[in-house]
Formats: sequence, C-alpha cells, structure tokens
Amino acid sequence: MSNATLSMAQEPGAWKLPYRGKVGMACLIIAESAIFTIFVVAYLYYAGRSLSGPTPREVLETPIFFTICLLSSSLTIHFAEKFLERGSRGAFLGLWLLTFILGGLFLFGTAQEWHRLIYEHGLTISTNLFGTTYYSLVGLHAFHVTVGLIMLGIVFLFGLAGRVGAEQSARVGVLSMYWHFVDAVWVVVFTVVYIVGR
Amino acid sequence: MNLRRREGEGVAGRVAGILLLLLGLLFAAGLCTATPPQDNPIPNIFEPHSTPADSILHLSVFVLTITGLIFLVVFILLVYAIVKFRARAGDSPHEPPQVYGSTQIELAWTVIPTLIVVVLFLATTRVLHAIQDAPKPASAVEVVAIGHQFWWEFRYPELGIVTANELHIPVSDPANPTPTYLKLLSADTDHSFWVPQLAGKTDLIPNRVNRMWMDPHRTGVFLGQCAQYCGTQHAKMLLQVSVDSPEDFKSWVSAQQHAGMQDDSVIAGRKVFETTACVNCHSVGGTTATGRFGPDLTHMMSRHTIAAGAAENTRENLRLWIQNPDAIKPGSLMPAMKLSESDLDALVSYLETLR
Amino acid sequence: MSSDAIAIRVADAGGRTWVESLHDWITTVDHKRLGILYILYALLFLVIGGLEALVIRIQLIRPHNDFVSPQVFNRMFTMHGTTMIFFVIMPVMFGFANYLVPLMIGARDMAFPRLNAFSFWLTAFGGFLLYFSFLGGSGLYGAGSAPDVGWWAYAPLTSRAFSPGHSADYWTIAVLVSGFGSIGTATNIIATIFSMRCPGMTLGRMPLMGWMSMVMSGLVLISISPLTAAQVMLIVDRYLGGHFFDTQAGGSAALWMHFFWIFGHPEVYILVIPAFAFASEIIPVFSRKPIFGYPVMVAATVGIGFISMSVWAHHMFTIGMNSASNTFFVLTTMAIAVPTGIKIFNWLGTMWGGKIQFKTPMLFCVAFLFQFLIAGLTGIMLGAAPFNWQLSGSYFVIAHFHYVIVGSILFCIFGAVYYWYPKMTGRMLNESLGKLHFWLFVIGFHLTFDLMHIPGLLGMPRRIYTYEPGRGWEIWNLLVTIGTFLQAIAILMFLANLVVSYLKGAEAGNDPWDAWTLEWSASSPPPVYNFAAIPTVESRRPLWDRKHPEDPDSRYD
Repeated sequence: MSNATLSMAQEPGAWKLPYRGKVGMACLIIAESAIFTIFVVAYLYYAGRSLSGPTPREVLETPIFFTICLLSSSLTIHFAEKFLERGSRGAFLGLWLLTFILGGLFLFGTAQEWHRLIYEHGLTISTNLFGTTYYSLVGLHAFHVTVGLIMLGIVFLFGLAGRVGAEQSARVGVLSMYWHFVDAVWVVVFTVVYIVGR
Repeated sequence: MNLRRREGEGVAGRVAGILLLLLGLLFAAGLCTATPPQDNPIPNIFEPHSTPADSILHLSVFVLTITGLIFLVVFILLVYAIVKFRARAGDSPHEPPQVYGSTQIELAWTVIPTLIVVVLFLATTRVLHAIQDAPKPASAVEVVAIGHQFWWEFRYPELGIVTANELHIPVSDPANPTPTYLKLLSADTDHSFWVPQLAGKTDLIPNRVNRMWMDPHRTGVFLGQCAQYCGTQHAKMLLQVSVDSPEDFKSWVSAQQHAGMQDDSVIAGRKVFETTACVNCHSVGGTTATGRFGPDLTHMMSRHTIAAGAAENTRENLRLWIQNPDAIKPGSLMPAMKLSESDLDALVSYLETLR
Repeated sequence: MSSDAIAIRVADAGGRTWVESLHDWITTVDHKRLGILYILYALLFLVIGGLEALVIRIQLIRPHNDFVSPQVFNRMFTMHGTTMIFFVIMPVMFGFANYLVPLMIGARDMAFPRLNAFSFWLTAFGGFLLYFSFLGGSGLYGAGSAPDVGWWAYAPLTSRAFSPGHSADYWTIAVLVSGFGSIGTATNIIATIFSMRCPGMTLGRMPLMGWMSMVMSGLVLISISPLTAAQVMLIVDRYLGGHFFDTQAGGSAALWMHFFWIFGHPEVYILVIPAFAFASEIIPVFSRKPIFGYPVMVAATVGIGFISMSVWAHHMFTIGMNSASNTFFVLTTMAIAVPTGIKIFNWLGTMWGGKIQFKTPMLFCVAFLFQFLIAGLTGIMLGAAPFNWQLSGSYFVIAHFHYVIVGSILFCIFGAVYYWYPKMTGRMLNESLGKLHFWLFVIGFHLTFDLMHIPGLLGMPRRIYTYEPGRGWEIWNLLVTIGTFLQAIAILMFLANLVVSYLKGAEAGNDPWDAWTLEWSASSPPPVYNFAAIPTVESRRPLWDRKHPEDPDSRYD
C-alpha cells in the first residue's frame, strides 16, 4: 500500500519535537540521580554508626575553595555555550578551557583530601562504615567529574582543530547539561558529607 | 472480511469450565485440610491454635470472601462478554459500533474498587496493630531464639536454660495468660521463624532484634521450619514447638535446669568428647566444653531429633551424624569426626547419658 | 536455530553468503534486527531457564528425593529466577519495544541506533557471563559453581564469609552489566518517543504500546539504577573490604533488602506494563473495536508507574518493621489495585459489544485477563500484612508471582509473538499448532500454578530442596510437577511452530489482522527504512481512517 493516502494535509514545519540529545541526557540524568540517591541514603543511614574511628568530625575539613571552583565552572560552561551559539569561537574556547581547569582543580582537591585521609588519618574504604560510605559517595562523584573532564577535553581538542562551531552548539549543550548535573550533585554530596553527616 | 470461520465456538465455555473447576479444587482443598483430627502434623495456616494465628485466620477469611466476590463478579462479566460478543458466521459484514469510552462507567469502576480498598485497608490495619503492638504481660515467658546455619538456639534468660531446635513453651489459659515472647536474633545469615499454627513468620536478621509472640490455646507439638533462605541446608532447618501443660512445662524446666549427671561408666566416651574438636563448637554443662557454634548438648537426649529435625535421635543416627553428617544433611557445618569404631561407640554411649 | 534460518533467508534475498549475513546481524544497528535479536536471545534463555525449572520440579516430585544435591538445587532456583527476570522477560519486552515503537510512531529508527546495538550486546554479554559461572565460578576444578544465593541475593549470604569463591561475583556483575544495557535501551525508547514521532502523532494519538513502553522505560531509569548502586556497593564489600552489608562491622542486612526491593517491585511493573501494552493492542483488533477509555488507560498506566515506586516493602512485611511502616505499605499496596482493576475493566469494556475473533493471539490475551484477575486478587491477600506473615516466603507466593509472570506476562508475550510474527517474518504462524500450544499450555499452567497455592497454605516454605513426608504436601507437589511437563511440551510446540512456519508458513501480506496501527502499513517484513515516505496521522487509528474514509476516527479526535 502507499503511504500517500495517509499523509493528508498537514503543514510541514508546524511539527516540532525536542532534540533527541537533550531527551537522552535528561534520561541519563534521571538514572544517575537514582544511583546517587541510593548512595546518599546509605551515607545518611550509616552516619554515626561506625563501630570504630576515625569519625567524620575528627578528620573531615570543608573544601570551600574547591567547591567554589566546581560551582563556578557551571557558569563558565554556560557562557561558553552561549558564545558558541552566537558563533564567537574564541570566547567559547577560552571559557571552555577555564571550565576544564576549574573542574581539574576540583578533582585535584578531592585527590589531596583522600591523600591526607589515607596517609595522615589511616582512613581507607575498609576502615569502618564511615570510610566505606565516604569513599564510595565522594568517589562516585569524582568519577563523574573525571568522565566530564575527558569529554570536555575531547571537545576542547576538536575546538582547537576548528571543528566546533555554532552548528555543533546543540551537542555541546548536551555535554553542558551533564556538567551542570555533576555540579548539582556536588551540592547534595557537599551538604550530606560536610554539613549533615558531621 | 468479516465472514470468519467459527473457530471461536465453544472456546469461551471451555475456558470458563476449566478455570471454575480448578478454582473450586483450590478452595475445596483448603477447606478439606481444615477439618483436622487431633494432633494433625500438617502445619495448616487455616487451623490456628494461638491468638496471632487466629486473628490472621479471621482476617484471611474476610479478605478471601471479598476477593472471592470480586472474582465471581468479574469472572461472570468476562465469560458473558466472550460468549455473547464472539464473532458468528451469520454476522453482518460491518464492523461493530465503535465505542471509545464512557465517563460514567469509568467513574463507577474507579470509585467502587477504591471503596473496597478502603474497607480492606481498615480491616487489615486493625489486625496488624492488634498483633504487632500487643503489650507484653508480666506473666509472659521470655525466650531468645537465635538462628544459626542450620539450626535453632533457644535461650530462656529468666530460667537459665539453653536448648536447641525443639522449643518448649507453656499452654496459655485465656483466663490466666502465659504467652511466650520471642526475641529473634541471628548468628549468621537471615532466617525466619515460622510455625504456621501458632503465628505468622518473623525474620531473624543479623545485627537486628526482632520480636514476636504466641499464646497457644492447647497442648501438642506444632511443626514449622525456617522460612527465609539461609544457605545450603535451609530445607533441613526444621523446627518444632512443644506446647506443654503447666505441670509438664514445670517439670521440663526443672529437668533442664538440673546440671548433667556424670556417669562414671562412660568416662571413656567423655574423654573422647573432651579431647576432640567437639568442644570447640558444643557445650555440655559441668565440662570443659563451652563452644557456641553448635547446639548445647547438656540435655541432648531430652530432644527427639538431631540435626535440627533432620533425623530421629537414635543411637544409629547419632553414630552416622558424628562420622558422616553429609549422609543426613549434606552441606551442614557439622564436620565428619572420623573416629575409630571404639572411640565412636564410647562417645555415643557418653552422649546417651546426657539427659 | 531460527536465527540461522532468518539469516539464511536474508542471505537468499540479498544474494549474500552465510558469513556475510551473520556479520550483518552482529553489526546491525537496525531497530528491527536488534528487536529480533533480543527476542531470539530471550527464547534461548527461556529454554535454559525452563530446563532449570524442570530440574527443580523433578527434585520436588516426592519427599526426600535425591535427583540433585542441595547445592545444585540452590543453584538451580537462583539461576532460574535470575535468568527468567533479567534474561528472558526483560529482553523480550525490550525486543518488542525496539521492533514496534518506531514502526508504530512512524519513525525510521530509534533515536540512537548505535546505543541501541551497544545496549543489546551489553545485555547479551550479561547473560553469557552469568552462565559462564558454571565453568568459572570456583575455578575449573570440581563441577563448577553457579551462584546459589537466591535471585534477591540477600545480605549477608553474599558476603565473602558465606559465599567464598566467585559465584556471587558472576551474579553481581552479570546483573550489573545487563542493567547498564537496560538503562541504555530505556533512554533510547524515551528519546525515540519524545523526538521521533511522525507529523500528527501527538502523545494523545500514540498507540498505547507507545505510552506503556514509555512508562516502562521511565521505571527502568528510576528503579534499575538503585539496583546498579546496590550492586556497586556489594562489589565494594566483596573486593575492597567495604562494610555496606557487613553485619559484623555495624552494616545492615535490611538495607540490602530495601535497596533490592526498591528495584524489585517496580521491576514487576517493568515486566507487566509491556504485557498490558500487548493486550491493549491485540484485544481491540480482535474485538473489532477501539480500546475502551484510552485516556483512562494512559492515566492508569502512569498511576501504576508512580504508585509502584512506593510499595517495595510489602516484600518485607516479615522483617520486623514497626507497625506504622507496615501500615503505610499496606495502604500503597492496596491502592495499586485500583488502577490495575481499571485496566481489567477497560479491556472488558473493549470486548463488550464487539465481534470477538478467537485467533491464537486473542486466546492468549483472554486467558491473560482471567489469570491476571486471579494474580491481582492473590496479590491483595499478600498485601494484607498479617495474612502476608503467613503467606510470604511460602509456596503461595511462588504460585502468586508465577501467576503474574507466566499466567499474565508470558501469556501476553505468546499473544504478541503470534500477533506480530507475520510482520517480522512475512509468514503466518500455524493456527492449529498455535491452538494446540495454547490449550496444552493453559492446562499445564493451571495444573502447576493453581495447585501450587495449596502447599503454601499448608506451611511449605519456598527454596527448600526437599521436604518431610506426612505434612500433606506430597500429592500437590506431584501434580505440580506433572503440570510443569505439560508446559514444557507446549513450549516445544511453540518453538517448532516458529521454525516450521518460518519455512513453510502462509504468506502474511502487510495487514493480516485488518489492524489499525501504523506498523501494518509497512510491508512484512518492513524495509530497513520502514516507510518510504514518513506518514502523517490524524487520529489514534490511522489505518482505520484509511479503511473507513466515510467514518474516520479523526472526526472525533
């Protein structure tokens, strides 16, 4: 049978659907949120239930500087995306690099904190419930930052090669959604680990 | 297009007939087994002998009645629809009237089920609170039940008794109640305490304290078993509750509280017991054996079974259990002791004095 | 076996060699081929899981039977459960959604074809990894060792102390990997539905299959993820010495139960909602009427999706939660009966006043209605917490959820296979063999699962490899085992029908059932691009409009 009979009058162009990349990323974010929720629940459930030390109160220091780094990288990636939409590639690349550096700084901060906890306080993932839940939750977030940085780096390299222009801005926007999500998760993790759980 | 063959003829009737027959069988079977002789060994949930199991039965009958009525109504409607509205050879070639829905009908079959749900919820909640939040009377017997792979440890902290697998509790006279309150713990994996005729099941979970209670109305032996998968021999983690008359319970308690008699005629067997690995896992009052991994053996001959109900407590079975536990309960944590024949005989003779 | 047959036929058509067409199938990103791969993969595991069920039933045919050792029995029920849930029903559902959703919404492929292929191969790898445990579970010495922790893998049975060796790791990683595959496919289905619908295909005109696939995918995103998280925690415990579920270090065994059932209950709806979708497509066509109360069906599906996320602890009424928590979960559990009931009534309303044709797909769907009714009612019994204290963990529960998974879901899957096989292959399935399959399966099913309720009421717990004589359980277990064999024979007939009809079946044509959704406007099987011109639709039943220009649905839309 032919499909012509089916396609009766309908104005083309009136039919607009959301960009599939954004929908896909939104789905991924929903799934990831559920994963983080479970780790957060475990962290809160076990807060204060460790049978032995060290406790969060004794060893944790609030990473204010690195938190500011990560949160401000949300701003820089937002503006980078806006510049790309308008076609100003130079500004895009600059801000994109800044985002990458801020994310890298944050990751460095996590590494430094872990080094301190392991070598100064002897807290490892198998020490007690605090160690298990702390390294899992913060580590899961750090893993997401790492994945984000790799993706940012790839886009940056393509950008240097002149392959990222306004027509790629929708795709860049998808990555930017992911990065905003990683930042938002940090707000939750920060609140849970450094404020509520202490 | 619509001149279809009469393939569907009679299909509906046959479906209906078979379903009705099987459903009837299901309920008939439930009812048959509910008319018991005395001391029926079937752990039937419809034959309760204790308040919690009894209240559950009342709730079950209520729920079964309502769901049974729902089943009948919907079943009749479905059968009517498939009989009445099947395509027939003489039908007109036109499609039937295209009906897309009806707000009134939809509303009706949303509101009515909602009302039924509310009724069921209220009935359930009442029983739930009555059982779960029952206050513990001062006259209650306290027992700590500890689940092990794959046996039950029962400790009576107020009476100083430790036993295994066969729980003894007093019958509870409604005028002068002596219910038993169980504190449920686990030494390893998850287990579940289930004696259907006395109460619903409650799990024994490591690092967690659970509680349940029962107040048997008549004496007798009630059977049950572990109802939460706990490892290889979950199937042979059997359980029996002996509900004793107040006098029998009293004499059982005093026998259990009595330290074991030391019989010099079996001194050789006692030596075997105390010098092998037995003492690592088992306790016998008045000896050096204080292990906690296996059942307390101080009064083991007062129990009817060994290996958590897997075998009768006879001399032959004891010998087999000690030498080759896998023959009775493969995968149990009791090791094969590999004793010489003479040591084994001496050991079993010693065990037989632990009354 | 039939995958080869399909491959050969494609090779004939294109004049390609056997190796080339096999390569085509392995590297394909076509949603239709991936859909078929999912379904064939699930059929393979259906046979394997079925054989495991037979081993279980033979062992239980009489008390103190020694057909298999307790260790083997425990592996069998663990593998049977894991296989049937993760590697049979879920892949079948993803397979049908993959195949049908783009066709039904007038799209040429899924939103992310390569992600689609990746997800399928992840799931496939998960299944093969699980079965590799027979060889690799405890090294290659001895008989090999599959996981034996039950498909819920309750802590602390999965800890190193109680599950030494690697068998539990195979279970964890297989489920974890297939979970990633599921999340990928679910993302794909949602993106396809949001972004790939043809002009005029508003959400309100989408076939119910589309809606229900969307709700199912949403549930996958929200509920498979907690399982993924819990599996990661278990791996941390087993490999890095973590203490999440280590009761010796203050960890909680109950926490695993919560995490597992937060996944586990929505999972039931992940499995059953696509079954509802099949029924909602098949029942109208064979009743010759549109679905009754489309908006209510959509609302009920979405409602079930939401409520299903708040009922998980009704699997845990016996763990000693306080009475307030128990009361809450009784309420939510009973509440979910309402939208579920609405669905049954709507299917009834669809049949009411129609001209019902009892072709094989419809037979399976009618049986589904009866059986799903019973499954729902025994579900209400289990939802009444005190009654649950007696029923949970017993054979009554086994009977109840097999009524859901076999009596409802598998029946709908069979209906769907009979209904869409002509579209997928271009050939009709043999109707007489189909009827024989149906009746034999119905009888076997009822013999097995009706009677299985009874030993549960008589105190028989689940997951026991043997039982004591004299407790009134013998006769029921014997009859149940006989019923299982009837079901096995019926499944063999079904498989034979798939193969024979593929080779010799009658030509189907584009629209053998005189149906109304877009997939029937494509050729059978559809071309790679699905539609030469992207269609435009104006109502929920585009083909009805075309066949009845004097009385189109679009007039009422």
